[in-house]
Amino acid sequence: MTVFGRRVGPAQLGTPAVLQGLPRLPWVWGLVGAVALIAAATVGVLAGPVHIGVGTVIQTLIAPIPWFGHRTLAADSSQASILWSLRFPRVVLGAIVGGMLATAGAAYQGVFRNPLADPYLLGAAAGANLGATLAIAFAPGSSLIGVNVVPLAGFAGAAAAVAGAYVLGRTVTGLRNATGLILAGVAIAAFLNAVQTYIQQSQPSTIRQVYSWILGRLVTAGWDGVWLVLPYVAISIVVIFLHRRLLDALSVGEEEVNSLGISARRVRLIVVVAATLGTAAAVAIAGTIAFVGIIVPHTIRLLVGRSYRVVIPLSILFGAAFLVLADTAARTVAAPAELPIGVITALVGAPFFIVVMRSTRAAEL
Amino acid sequence: MRMHLIATSAKLVAATVAAAACGVATPTTAPNTQTAAFPVTIGEAGGASVTIAKQPHRIVSLSPTATEMLYAIDAGPQVVAVDEQSNYPANAPITKLSGFTPNIEAIAAYTPDLVVASDDTSGLVHGLEALSIPTLIQPAAKNLDGTYAQISQLGVATGHAAAADSVNKKIRSDVAAIVASVPKPARTLSVYHELDDTYYSATSNTFIGQAYALFGLKNIADGATATAPDYPQLSAEYIVASSPDLIVLADTKCCHQDLHTVSARPGWSSIAAVKSGQVIGVDDDVASRWGPRVVDLLRLIAPHIRALETSSP
Repeated sequence: MTVFGRRVGPAQLGTPAVLQGLPRLPWVWGLVGAVALIAAATVGVLAGPVHIGVGTVIQTLIAPIPWFGHRTLAADSSQASILWSLRFPRVVLGAIVGGMLATAGAAYQGVFRNPLADPYLLGAAAGANLGATLAIAFAPGSSLIGVNVVPLAGFAGAAAAVAGAYVLGRTVTGLRNATGLILAGVAIAAFLNAVQTYIQQSQPSTIRQVYSWILGRLVTAGWDGVWLVLPYVAISIVVIFLHRRLLDALSVGEEEVNSLGISARRVRLIVVVAATLGTAAAVAIAGTIAFVGIIVPHTIRLLVGRSYRVVIPLSILFGAAFLVLADTAARTVAAPAELPIGVITALVGAPFFIVVMRSTRAAEL
Repeated sequence: MRMHLIATSAKLVAATVAAAACGVATPTTAPNTQTAAFPVTIGEAGGASVTIAKQPHRIVSLSPTATEMLYAIDAGPQVVAVDEQSNYPANAPITKLSGFTPNIEAIAAYTPDLVVASDDTSGLVHGLEALSIPTLIQPAAKNLDGTYAQISQLGVATGHAAAADSVNKKIRSDVAAIVASVPKPARTLSVYHELDDTYYSATSNTFIGQAYALFGLKNIADGATATAPDYPQLSAEYIVASSPDLIVLADTKCCHQDLHTVSARPGWSSIAAVKSGQVIGVDDDVASRWGPRVVDLLRLIAPHIRALETSSP
């Protein structure tokens, strides 16, 4: 791996004393995470407002596989269409967005050494909401190169907000510490929220659309949404994953990173850019789903361990599993009506988190 | 105005119109008075009542539906200002006033002698009371009877009771004629009414839902009344599986939806209405108001139901 021209290999990183003795990912937990994701996806695929039998789901899943699948045997074509066009992409998108938000949350917490940091800390949500509100209010229904303009505006807004926070933080504090950046992000988010609220108030006819955007929308998910976010999320997660050891070093202190011959400032910049890229893509397609980025990494810290070599990979798996389950609840609890997914993530997530905190006595926090 | 649809808890006005019931017939000197006797006291939902001392000549309407009703009953010349969403009729004096976040001072600047609104938000009634300005709240009607009651109420409040009666009579006969033009369905046809492109819909508990009930259509949103009685957000899966015979798009202005965009949605091509092309785009505003233009909406939908009747086996 190369970080700004400097070669950074695992061997080189493994040598300093501080990085030795930190726990590696326990394989049992890796297995538990994988099983949780598979179980959540199975539940997500089997449950829905329209009852579709297990046999039909399996038939539909294997139908496209050569030799195994027999397209002629594929049951009810309308059920197959519901599964392929609506339910499967929604489960996949839920997993991608959940894994991304949890990983970005963990990364932000590591970079800023702040347990309250979440993917929206530097204004990504406020920027995305403003971008989407502008698009809904002033360019309704328009599209750019075949893609609806609302997610594009959300993506641009999120990226611009974080870039703005970064520039502001650098001019104010010179990025000597992370606090300046956090405060710049808070200021940017407050400002953008104000602008967003103003536009929303002055265009009351668009309120329901804006509201439904802010609450999160996996409702209209299709495969095109999956293909739209996948590249950004993949890059983001890979970059964060490769920096998990440096995040461990950063959690000890900036000097530890600098002693490796790597600039702590650069590590912070790369991880923030990667996490922001993925968050912006996730927010653009799914809206601002709250709480996933906080609860998932902290639950892992409480149950398994604080090392980012544990937290990052498990955040991907458990974040994905958590959001798939939350979305399954969102579309089945009140079926055939939808519940806002943000309501589920906080309503179920917050009490669960408190139980975990109490049972582990939160000694690690 | 779409905001009215969000005010889901709005209850039907108990339109107890106590027209000239007080018996104090105060003759007014206004030139265009009809037979009205002021003051009038109008009962509102929740037991409140509004007394209007003289025939109003400076009316401010903060409700697009009320604006349409006022012009329909010939009270238009008495209207001095309407809110920013009151875009019909075109000659209504549209202003920057907001019915969603009303500003008492800005309203008072028009020195109104009657304010009509659909919701008592931001302390509207209380604030105007302090300025001795009577305020009439007319929340979203739940059915045509609610519309008739509100039109009558406005007739009494503005001194156009007779005109209001004839408007109601005309709506009644038009609706009856349109409904009669659609033959009794051989099988129950289903409809999906779309409020926006995230699949918010309207059940039969709402005014628009009642419009579909007039034609004997089965509203697929009624399946969701248990958790969201009025305006549920439906699952895409459910809409596709329900395969409605008719889709009415009330999001042609907000979200630019039409047959083309609907058929491009994943999985929607298997829906009966999409296959047969019975996807009707309607004006978002007309479909979300409970005024006299409901007749236009019914007239637009009727031929599509007739087409379905003749094509279905």
